[in-house]
Amino acid sequence: MPSLANPTRFLDLVGRIVPWLALATAALFGVGLYLALYVAPPDYQQGETVRIMFIHVPAAWLAMFGYTLIAIASLGTLIWRHPLADVAAKTAVPIGATFTFIALVTGSLWGKPMWGTYWVWDARLTSVLVLFLLYLGLMALWQAIDEPGRAGRAAAILALVGAINVPIIKFSVDWWNTLHQPASVFRAGGSTIDPSLLTPLFVMAVAFTLLFVLLHLLAMRAEILRRRVRAMQQSQVEHATVAGA
Amino acid sequence: MKPALALLRRDISLAFREGGAIGTALGFYLMVVAITPLGLGPDLNLLSRIAPGILWVALLLAALLSADRIFHNDYEDGTLDVLATGPLPLPLVAAIKSLAHWITTGVPLALLAPVLGLLLNLPVETSPLLVLTMLVGTPAVSFIAAIGASLTLGLRRSGMLLALLVLPLYVPVLIFGVGSVSAAITGPASPWPPLLMLTAFSLASIVLAPLAAAAGLRNAMR
Amino acid sequence: MDQAVGIAAHSISCQRGGRTLFKALSFAVPSGEALFVSGPNGAGKTSLLRMLAGLLPLAAGRFSVDPHVEAPLPELCHYVGHASAVKSALSVEENLAFWADYLGGAREATDAALDVFGLEPLAHLPAALLSAGQRRKLALSRLFVAKRPVWLLDEPSVSLDAASVKLLDRAIAAHLKGGGIAIVASHTPLKVKFSHQLALGAERAA
Repeated sequence: MPSLANPTRFLDLVGRIVPWLALATAALFGVGLYLALYVAPPDYQQGETVRIMFIHVPAAWLAMFGYTLIAIASLGTLIWRHPLADVAAKTAVPIGATFTFIALVTGSLWGKPMWGTYWVWDARLTSVLVLFLLYLGLMALWQAIDEPGRAGRAAAILALVGAINVPIIKFSVDWWNTLHQPASVFRAGGSTIDPSLLTPLFVMAVAFTLLFVLLHLLAMRAEILRRRVRAMQQSQVEHATVAGA
Repeated sequence: MKPALALLRRDISLAFREGGAIGTALGFYLMVVAITPLGLGPDLNLLSRIAPGILWVALLLAALLSADRIFHNDYEDGTLDVLATGPLPLPLVAAIKSLAHWITTGVPLALLAPVLGLLLNLPVETSPLLVLTMLVGTPAVSFIAAIGASLTLGLRRSGMLLALLVLPLYVPVLIFGVGSVSAAITGPASPWPPLLMLTAFSLASIVLAPLAAAAGLRNAMR
Repeated sequence: MDQAVGIAAHSISCQRGGRTLFKALSFAVPSGEALFVSGPNGAGKTSLLRMLAGLLPLAAGRFSVDPHVEAPLPELCHYVGHASAVKSALSVEENLAFWADYLGGAREATDAALDVFGLEPLAHLPAALLSAGQRRKLALSRLFVAKRPVWLLDEPSVSLDAASVKLLDRAIAAHLKGGGIAIVASHTPLKVKFSHQLALGAERAA
């Protein structure tokens, strides 16, 4: 996509998309929350607390969506040398990590009324926790390397190594889970979801995804501008050096 | 062949000569396993049930402690630059150094484990299986640690950062390594399926990890 | 493995840390000749040598080797950079023997290499005991354990006394006579006859 590769044109595009995207996101959230809080019936076992699912499930989905996005952006950095790829990867990390954290917290809150404890080591939650640790690793690496080019490539390598590992980790955690047989998994996400819950869940999932994209585009714009400022500061230093400072 | 063997031989001699790296890792392993019961209480039944887990986790931490030195010294004194101009492709250089790390850290730790298992009341009959799972799993530990080492070259607090980056990737090693030994202890499940998974994971790491480590090295040498 | 090659750079550019150090640079060094690279700090002297050694990717342009050989350019080069690549825990001789094995030279060449800068008396001592000048000489001795046509030397005379600099000059001259080429970056002049000069960083003053 050569047109998007140019940061100026990308900023232009973002400027035009963002208002509409924000509107669509707000609208979908409005509809989704209405459906989730008023229309969807309470679960006969869990009562009202099942409504946490409408945040937990989209958040968990975004945790994976975010990491996939980062993995693709990492390929962009390493293989296609796309100039905006590392900006996309860098800005997606804190957003993805936050949604992963939200998934963990809502999962924990959901579990408390059901199991009496704030944490259960079931396969799904454990996998999300490990995914969160992978996000933390990426954030730590981005912070640790000053030079943006080197940081981008290092983080891209780590993200791809993590991406290859994720299915293996998921497989091993599932296996570990069957071995130890803790309290059983949350039903949400399986085939046992009642259709009356599916529509609000779907709307909320789309709303959250649009929110992710919106936040990501805004963050990318901020990062591009930040880099421009830095480039301007660098050339100021160079001019001063040449002039004898 | 000759350059590869020369590099392997050199790395192993340096590990022995340069300031007790092996001794430190073994000492740390002993330390962690020794203080854990102080935290958990001396109930031998409890300890024997969690012994495989403790032995594996402590081994991972001890191996990670020394992972820093896989590339660090060569990077600092300029050896890595010259190694890169040699006849061996960089992934092979990374693989040989990872292998040297396994020989000088992974294997000694694995061989020490059954001795430390005595402290935790690990059933003696499972010691051979424990050593086997560790010998099979520690190559993955060394080779994956090398990826972390290559990404954190020359950074502040690189040792701790390395551990942070690499520990989540060890989840399969831990699960299958402990799973195999636990199956042998508690039965009736067979210890072999998880051991086979561990073997597959290790073999895959040996082949793929050096590629990522070499990419990390190229990035650091720029 | 005595190949006589010449190197040419075609419109190469160098970028480090987001800054362009130089661009569209071209030069040619035929077999038996030497290139002297000068310039202020940060002008890209080290970067140029590292690009030739294959350690830093080119932002643009390419190198060519004439006559064309199978081996990639880095394997034709001896790179002696700022860092000496000396292992303190090994003896002087062990350091060189390793490089002989690794870079494809003969073990017997180690003795001759030690003689060039007079390091023979120190052969069995641990390299940790060497002074800065002796370390530099050990690093330069690496040039003689394996035969490679291209010598890339980054500030080779740093820490060397006058007598050793003369030995270095002689060694480079002998290498050139044998058909090799040398590309040397230095702040201080060397006695070697440099048929080509490259001053980096000159454009930045404009």
